[in-house]
Amino acid sequence: MNSTRFTERNKEEIDRKWWEIGDYFRRNSLWMLMYCTGCCAIELPPAMTSVYDMERLGMGPMATPRQADVLLVTGYLSLKTLRRLIYTYEQMSEPKYVVGFGSCTINGGIYHDSHAVINRLDQYIPVDVYVAGCMPNTESVMNGFVDLMDLMKSKKADGWKRYHTNYEWYRENQIAALGEVKVHDEFHE
Amino acid sequence: MIISLLIGLGVALGGFTFQTALGGVNRKIVARLQKRVGPRWYQEFIDIFKLLSKRSVSHGWIFDFGVIMALGGIIGTAMFMPVTSNILAFPSFDNFFIFVYLLAVGMLGMAMSASGSGNPLASIGVMRALTTMVAYEIPFMIVVLTIIKLAGTSSVSGIAEFQQMAGNNWFMIALPLGFVVAVLSLMGMLGKKPFETYIAPAEIASGPMVEYGGKQLGMLFIMHEITVFIEVSLFVHLFLGGAENIWMFAIKYFLVYAGLNLVSNVNGRFKIDQVVVFFYKWPLAMAVVQAIIAIYLGWVI
Repeated sequence: MNSTRFTERNKEEIDRKWWEIGDYFRRNSLWMLMYCTGCCAIELPPAMTSVYDMERLGMGPMATPRQADVLLVTGYLSLKTLRRLIYTYEQMSEPKYVVGFGSCTINGGIYHDSHAVINRLDQYIPVDVYVAGCMPNTESVMNGFVDLMDLMKSKKADGWKRYHTNYEWYRENQIAALGEVKVHDEFHE
Repeated sequence: MIISLLIGLGVALGGFTFQTALGGVNRKIVARLQKRVGPRWYQEFIDIFKLLSKRSVSHGWIFDFGVIMALGGIIGTAMFMPVTSNILAFPSFDNFFIFVYLLAVGMLGMAMSASGSGNPLASIGVMRALTTMVAYEIPFMIVVLTIIKLAGTSSVSGIAEFQQMAGNNWFMIALPLGFVVAVLSLMGMLGKKPFETYIAPAEIASGPMVEYGGKQLGMLFIMHEITVFIEVSLFVHLFLGGAENIWMFAIKYFLVYAGLNLVSNVNGRFKIDQVVVFFYKWPLAMAVVQAIIAIYLGWVI
């Protein structure tokens, strides 16, 4: 987690030359990490298989957060899964993007009055694209991915930069929701 | 000497380009098999350059050094590979055993780097990869030693020329049982589906690659493509009679690789103990029978 904390800006200066070329490669090869805890995950199999075939956009599923470019948060997040989601997000290598599925990530959806579920995802991690609906159908899921590519082309998908610039604000919200962000087990002590 | 080095680097780079393009074409073939449209044929290039353009974290210098060692070892191995009878960087240094030894440098680099990441799944993946290697190497080695005995040379281009001489068949036809064993071993070497146990994305989160992201993963992808180039080229030279010109080489290479991919994509995945038992049962028996038939009884077509 220490390594993703952003202090030096000069890395970006070095990268800027290659940024334009890199942008083409990044938006044509989005590897997903699917955080499938909510019911919207059921829309992903038809998007991946022969009906909609997201591989023609260069997208594919990946096994670990280190390898992935885009994090799909499919549906509601309880406080317990939010903690894991934040660790997962911070492990991903930059540039990284987040797509929020369904109305649960926008305003809580049908779980808006539950004590165990967060309502707005973008208070905790920055979200680049929302796919609205309860649940969204597969066309709108595919549309959301194409939107993400367009945003990357016009350089508006800068959620990972906002996470660094507004890190204190995000961390305050995370601590307010979770109490504490560190885990205590044999791997973290 | 410098010209030899340049030719060697050209073989490594050309092999990488060829195999990466072919990998994209094969993803398209597999997509058509599943009634999908599939990615663009240059998708693998986009993937690799994207990974190289990302930022990545390090898990210590062993982690970084192992990746560089793996890539360097594999490029060094590919430099010795004969492509046709004429394109050969270091003549008389293309012995089969040179490839066996040098391939291990790349594999050990990757194993060291994966263990350096400290992730338990990476250690499990490396252990499974080595176990798979122990399983397929023995039947494969018996077949290759039979070939070396019949051809009278252990030089890869020498074996290819032996098959091109009048009166000799390709070893694919001359040693049919050995050819079947070699195809199965090649699937194990390339990590194709029934023997994909050490990658197993849903089970051990892609095994040795679990902690890699960004630049290190990009270098491992380049290493993987060159490894596939070396292994399939070895197969083409040992069993399909090598190649007189570069187009024949490309055609034979494509047929072997695409065929393996098609077989791979209709299979499930073995457990690691099933892999070992599989290779030690029928392929080992067939390899021994083939060796006895070919060497002691002299029944070579």
